[in-house]
Amino acid sequence: MTTTTAPRWTPVRTEGRWLVRLFDWKPFLLFVCMLPAAGLLLTFLTYPLGLGIWLAFTDTTIGRSGQWIGVENFEFLLSDRLFWQAVFYSVFYTSVATLGKFGLGLWLALLLNNHVPFKSILRAIILLPWIVPTVLSAIAFWWIYDPQFSIISYLLVDRLGVADKYFDFLGSTWPARWSLIAANIWRGIPFVAISLLAGLQTISPSLYEAALLDGSTAWQRFRFITFPLLLPILAIVMTFSIIFTFTDFQLVYAITRGGPVNSTHLMATLAFQRGIPGGNLGEGAAIAVSMIPFLVFATLFSYFALARRKWQQGESND
Amino acid sequence: MTEAIKRAGKRAAEGGATVVPEAMAWDSRARRAVLLYLPLACFVFILLFPFYWMAITAFKPNAELYDYKTYNPLLIAKPTLDHVRKLLFDTAYLRWLLTTMTVAVSATILSLTASALAAYAIQRLRFKGSQYVGLAIYLGYLVPPSILFIPLATMVYRLGLFDTPFALILVYPTFLVPFCTWLLIGYFKSIPYELEECALIDGATRLQILRRITLPLALPGLISAGIFSFTLSWNEFIYALAFIQSSEKKTVPVAILTELISGDVYQWGALMAGSLMGSLPVAILYSFFVDYYVSSLTGAVKE
Repeated sequence: MTTTTAPRWTPVRTEGRWLVRLFDWKPFLLFVCMLPAAGLLLTFLTYPLGLGIWLAFTDTTIGRSGQWIGVENFEFLLSDRLFWQAVFYSVFYTSVATLGKFGLGLWLALLLNNHVPFKSILRAIILLPWIVPTVLSAIAFWWIYDPQFSIISYLLVDRLGVADKYFDFLGSTWPARWSLIAANIWRGIPFVAISLLAGLQTISPSLYEAALLDGSTAWQRFRFITFPLLLPILAIVMTFSIIFTFTDFQLVYAITRGGPVNSTHLMATLAFQRGIPGGNLGEGAAIAVSMIPFLVFATLFSYFALARRKWQQGESND
Repeated sequence: MTEAIKRAGKRAAEGGATVVPEAMAWDSRARRAVLLYLPLACFVFILLFPFYWMAITAFKPNAELYDYKTYNPLLIAKPTLDHVRKLLFDTAYLRWLLTTMTVAVSATILSLTASALAAYAIQRLRFKGSQYVGLAIYLGYLVPPSILFIPLATMVYRLGLFDTPFALILVYPTFLVPFCTWLLIGYFKSIPYELEECALIDGATRLQILRRITLPLALPGLISAGIFSFTLSWNEFIYALAFIQSSEKKTVPVAILTELISGDVYQWGALMAGSLMGSLPVAILYSFFVDYYVSSLTGAVKE
């Protein structure tokens, strides 16, 4: 590889020009290299994070900068039934969807880890739901959940005759909640499956051979080889998954917008509704900030509960 | 396209049953079919069905769309381009596509430049605490947009960027830079340090090394980070929804949801056509670079 690039250089050091020397001065070069990324992240990530926490303690509305009102926003939220409903549904949505995604995703990963023909094509197809814009596939789900023209109802009622009337997927509280969770699981399976498949492929086959010689059952091989060795990667994927499911916005906003009667609001959609169209930026920020403790807890839990094994094996913590 | 993929999936499922499985004594053919190919076929069917349904709705005339009694809803009797034509000529769809493309490409270029420089500084120039800077950037990826959009909306408003695509170009790097930097650090790590030492001895400056050695060797990483950033910016929703108000400046995902749904009657044909066409650019990009996607996805997780 060096031979292709090396001959193009002039072997003499280009000296004399101050600019060249400036860029070779390490502190300056470091500064220049870090500036764009640090600038962007500090301005548009760190600062807004602080600003959001500050806004949560003010009564800012759109077009009017607010006054410091202490914990009033939070006091109001504590007595707000809708807020507690959103907290409940966020937790419920996250736990059920995560369970579903990891159960099915792990199963799919194990299936794909076998010798299957057209494996690379299969893998490419499976990742498709994750690539396509969430809102657009959410609209497709909205159409699938249509009360009058749902294809699921059609198949179950008119074709198979399992049920006798069309489902009203999004019309009442619990069906709407479960329908959203199903759509979220559908979208999450590919990410989990492909990540875990990558983890599975790093497990050495000789371990399985040794276990086979010892007369292990398939369940024992999964329980004592696959699962423990998969845990570190599982912990990371789960942390990501929990964070982004808990703060999910697009799917709910696209399919139900929090309805029917506000029963499917997640904390993110409620924050949006109160903050942007409702104009109460302070209150919206307070709802958004209330997500942070949940996120920190979920991250710590999934990371420490699952990734501990890595330290026990004496590996470095990179 | 969905049809072809489906066929391929089916072929994979059927063809597989005749292939002699690896010689494992207890793995009889029937057992393998039930435990492996049947569930796999179900997974593929469920994961692809929404796309099939999307595609078939987009090309169905309205008469068939709302009449399940006389027409089989899973097939099209008379395919039509009416919905696509309506979308292209009666709405600002092409405009939305153009805006989305501009925003996605600009945000990608901006984040890729920033991340490549940052990753080089962290991994190759190495300074005191560079590890912690890398970790801090990585933690930035864990901050979800749902927490940031309200303060960002007030900032964007005060900066006078409200309702301009420029706001999106500046804000998207907040979730692109952490990801790209982390990915590129991994790639830079895999390039032998000796190559750079040789160049230094030959009299190259640091910038020459970056431009002539490190970046060309990290090209697969740059492609991965680039297409990934493009996809993420194309799919972004909450910032675009909060910062853009006028109809003609909206991005495709936002515009379809807010502009195409008017009143109580949903134009499902046009909606599905819009969703299908809005998904096509990323789907095409994806079909060309599948391996890069997979490697960046798994690479980001494994690091």
